[in-house]
Amino acid sequence: MEKNQPKGWLYLLPAMAFLGAFLVYPLVDVCVYSLEEGYNFASQTYWGVGLYNYSYVLRDPYFLQAVKNTFLLVIITVPVSTGLSLLISLALSSVRRLRELYQTIYFLPYVTNTLAVGLVFMILFKRTPYTDGLANLVLSWFGVAPIDFIDGPYWAKMLVLCLYTVWIVMPFKILILTSALASVDPTYYNAARIDGTSKLRIFTRITLPMISPTVFYLVITGFIGAFKAYSDAVALFGVDLNAAGMNTIVGYIYDMLYGDAGGYPSYASAAAIILFVIVLTITCINLSVSRKHVHY
Amino acid sequence: MDYAKLEKAALTRRRVGKALTYTLLTCWAGAVLFPFYWMVLTSVKRYGAYNAEWTPQLYTLDPTLDNYVQAFTEVPLAGYFLNTVIFALATTALMLLVTVLAAFAFSRLRFPGKELVFTLFLSFMMIPSELVVITNFVTITELDLRNTFTGLILPSVTSVFYIYLLKEHFSQIPDELYYAAKVDGTSDLKYLWKVMIPICKPTVVTITILKVIECWNSYVWPRLITDDPSYYLVSNGIQQLRETGFGRENIPAMMAAVVVISAPLIVLFLIFRRRIMAGVAKGGMKG
Amino acid sequence: MNVTLQNLTKEFPGRGKKQPQPVVAVKDFTFRIPHGKLVGLLGPSGCGKSTTLNLLSGLQKPTSGRIFFGEDDVTDLPPEHRGVGLVFQNYALYPHLTVKQNITFPLENRKGKEKLTKAQMAQMALEAAKLVQIQELMDRRPGELSGGQQQRVAIARALVKMPRILLLDEPLSNLDARLRLQTREEIRRIQRSTGITTVFVTHDQEEAMSISDLIVVMKDGVIQQTGAPQAVYDDPANLFVARFLGNPPINAFAGDIRGGQLYLGGEAVLQTPGLPDQPVTAAVRPEGFLPQADGPLRCAFRGVEVMGRDVTILSAHPDHHAPVIRAIVSAREAAAPAGDNVRFALKPDKVFLFHRDTGERIRF
Repeated sequence: MEKNQPKGWLYLLPAMAFLGAFLVYPLVDVCVYSLEEGYNFASQTYWGVGLYNYSYVLRDPYFLQAVKNTFLLVIITVPVSTGLSLLISLALSSVRRLRELYQTIYFLPYVTNTLAVGLVFMILFKRTPYTDGLANLVLSWFGVAPIDFIDGPYWAKMLVLCLYTVWIVMPFKILILTSALASVDPTYYNAARIDGTSKLRIFTRITLPMISPTVFYLVITGFIGAFKAYSDAVALFGVDLNAAGMNTIVGYIYDMLYGDAGGYPSYASAAAIILFVIVLTITCINLSVSRKHVHY
Repeated sequence: MDYAKLEKAALTRRRVGKALTYTLLTCWAGAVLFPFYWMVLTSVKRYGAYNAEWTPQLYTLDPTLDNYVQAFTEVPLAGYFLNTVIFALATTALMLLVTVLAAFAFSRLRFPGKELVFTLFLSFMMIPSELVVITNFVTITELDLRNTFTGLILPSVTSVFYIYLLKEHFSQIPDELYYAAKVDGTSDLKYLWKVMIPICKPTVVTITILKVIECWNSYVWPRLITDDPSYYLVSNGIQQLRETGFGRENIPAMMAAVVVISAPLIVLFLIFRRRIMAGVAKGGMKG
Repeated sequence: MNVTLQNLTKEFPGRGKKQPQPVVAVKDFTFRIPHGKLVGLLGPSGCGKSTTLNLLSGLQKPTSGRIFFGEDDVTDLPPEHRGVGLVFQNYALYPHLTVKQNITFPLENRKGKEKLTKAQMAQMALEAAKLVQIQELMDRRPGELSGGQQQRVAIARALVKMPRILLLDEPLSNLDARLRLQTREEIRRIQRSTGITTVFVTHDQEEAMSISDLIVVMKDGVIQQTGAPQAVYDDPANLFVARFLGNPPINAFAGDIRGGQLYLGGEAVLQTPGLPDQPVTAAVRPEGFLPQADGPLRCAFRGVEVMGRDVTILSAHPDHHAPVIRAIVSAREAAAPAGDNVRFALKPDKVFLFHRDTGERIRF
C-alpha cells in the first residue's frame, strides 16, 4: 500500500484546468446568460434578470419550427434506425462468409465527414435546371412526377433529412448490436434448436430479452443524438436553415449565437437549456420504461 | 414421420433463409456504398458532360482528373487540408498528454478525493456540448482568439471518455509491476512512459485515432470560431463550397473536393479497422 | 429404443495457414447403445466425445457414417425432429425466464396437432419438476438457484418433452465435489426411473465408472474400448485404457519378457508362460501388489499413506515410468518394511502386459 501521493493532483491539473475552463465554467455561465435580459454582446451590459429570454425563445416562430422539425426527426429516425439496424445485425450474425467485409462496409459512414457525404446526398436528391437528379430518375420508373427534395415541399425535405440521418447513425447501432448479439452464449441457441423452437420464437423469447439492455441503450442514445441533429441538416440544406424551414433546435442555438441573425448569447443559452430539459425529460422517461422491461 | 420430406423441407428453408439474408445484407451494403460511388463517379465526370446529363449516367467512359486539379487550384483546398492536419495533430497531441496524465493519476496514484473527482469526471460525460459551446464562444471571442489555432484547439482538447477508457486499461496492469519499478528506483514519470504506455499501446492508439477522426469531422466549433477562410477546416471549406458552389455550380469539382477530404479518414479506417471498431463499440459516440 | 452409430466420422475443415489439414474429431465410430442403458463417453479433453454427443443430438452433421434411432436413420434429420433431450455443460437455462417457463419452453414449441393446452403443459412441467425434486423452485429465476438446482432444472427441461434419448454433456463438471457425488446418484436414479436411453460425456473416469451401464473410452476420435465399467477396468485393451481408468492410476514399468518370465529391473517377477522374448510395458494396478519379505520386486521405500481400511505404500523403482509407485494394501498386510527397501509379489490378474511400441495388450 502506497502512502498518500498528493502529487496525484499535479497529474490531474491539466485535465482539471481544461475541463474547468471549457466545461464547468461554461455550464454555470450558460445558466447565468439565459437569465440576463437584454444582454448586449458588444457592450456586455444587460438591463435585467428574469425569464424573458425563455419566453422570447418559446414565442419565436423559428424556434417553434425548429422544435417541430427536431421532434419529427427524432420520432421518425430513432425507431426506423433501431429497427433496421436490428434486422441487419441479426442477418449479419447469422452468416459467416463475407461477414467482415459487410461489417467494414457498414461502418464506413461513421468515419466519413458528415458535411462531405451530405453534399453527395444533396446532389442525389436535388432538382436543378439541368437535371432532376438520380432520386427523381428512380421515382420516374414508378411513374412519380419529379419532386425537389432540397428546395421543395416540407415533407420531401424532411424525408431526405431523415434518410440521411438514418444513413449516418446506422454504423454505430449495427456495431453495438452485432457485438451484443455475439455476446449471447450460443448454447442458448443450440438448446432452443434441440427443442425445435422456431426462428421467430427464438428471436422474441431468447435473443430480444437477452439483448434488451443494449437495445434500450441504443434507443436512449439515439434519442439524445437525434435531438442534437444539426450538421446533417446543414449539409443538405445549407447554413441558412431558417430560410429552408429545416432548422433544428441546435441549429437555432448556433444561429442565435452567430451568423446572420446572431449575436444573442442570451437567447441561445435559453434555447440550449430548453433543449437540455427536453432531452433530460425524454431520457428519464426512457430509463423508467426500460427499467420495467429489462429483466436482468 | 416422413424423414426424407422433413429433411428436404428443412434444407429448402435454410437455403431460402440464407438467400434472403444475403440479399438484405447486400442491399444495405449497396445503400452504404452508393453515395461513395456516386461521389467518386461524379468527381471524374467532365464538367460539360455532367451538366449535359438530363438523365444521370451511372458510369462514365471518359474519366478525367481535371476536377481534382480545379479543386486544388480554384479554392484553397490544400490550405483547408493543412489547417485540418495542424488542428487534428495539435489537438490530439494535447489530448494525449492531458489524458495520459489524468488516467495515470486515477489508476495508479493514491490521494484523498480521488474517487470523488473521478465520479465528477464521469458525470461530465453527460454534459451536452451545446450547453457549453455558447460560453466558450464568448470566452474565445473576448480573449480575441477567433481565427487562431489556439482558439480552435483549446476547447476541443479534453474528452472525459478517453480518460475513462485509458484509466480502465491502466488499472488492469498488476500493481506488482509498479512496486518492482519502485524498488528499482524508477520515477513515476519514467514508469508511466516506459511501462504503462507500452503495455496500453492498443488503447492509446485507439483513442488517438478516434480523436483524429473527431477532429477531422468537427464542424460546429470551427464554424463558430473562424470566419477567415485561411483558418477554415475541411468541413467549413466544404460548407463554403456548397454555398458558393465553385462558380457555376461545378458539381464535379465539388465532388472531387469531397473525395479528397473523405479519403484520408477512409484510408485510416481501413488500416486500423479492428481497433477503431473495438474502441467505438466500447461506448464511443459520435458527437 | 436402441441407438446405433455406424462408422461415424466427423472432420472439421482446416483453418487457413496455421492449420491447413482438416481435423478429424471422430473417426470411424461404431457402437450400439442398447435400449434403456446409461452410457458414459469417456476420454481426455479433445478426444471427440463432445463431438460424438453433438452428432447424436444433430447439432453437428457427420462427414460420413449413419446414426439410427431404432430402425430410423436420423443421420440427416435436423435436431428439432430427432426427439432428443440435451443437458448442456453450462445448463443453458434462459436467465430471463422462471424455472417453470424454462421447463415449459420446449413444450410451447409444438405446433398443429401436437399443440398442448396451458393446463397440459403445466401438468407435464410439474411432473418433470417432481422427478428431479425441484417443484418448490418453480417461480424462481436461474440466477437465484445453486449450481446443483440449475442442473436439475436443465434435466427437467430436457425430460419434459419425453425425449427418445437423453444426452448429458459433462453433467457434473460445474459442481463442487460434494454436490458431484450427490448429483451423479441423482442422475442414476432419474435414468432408472424413466428408463430413457441416456448418453453422457465426461473426462472423469470415476464419474463414468460409478454410474454407467456401459462405458466407451475414446482417444483422438477413436474408440479404444467399450464395455461394462468393471470389465473394462479388469481387462483393458491397451495401455491408454489401462492408464486412463483407475484411481490411483495404474503403475507402468518398462520390462522385458525373457524365457517365459517378466523381468523388471533384472528380477524375474512373474511367470508369463509361452510369451516370446520381447520388451514390454508392464502395468500393475495399485491393488496388485502383495508386500512379502521375500517378494521378487524390490522397490525403494518412500513412505506410507494411511487411509483407514487401506494403506498406500509409496515406493520407487528405476524402471517405473513415474517417480512414485502407489500400492494399495489392506492395513493387515502392511508390515513395516525392513530397511530402505520394500519387496512385493505381484497378483497375476492385476498385471497387464503391453507392446512397448504400440501399447497393445499382450495376453498371457
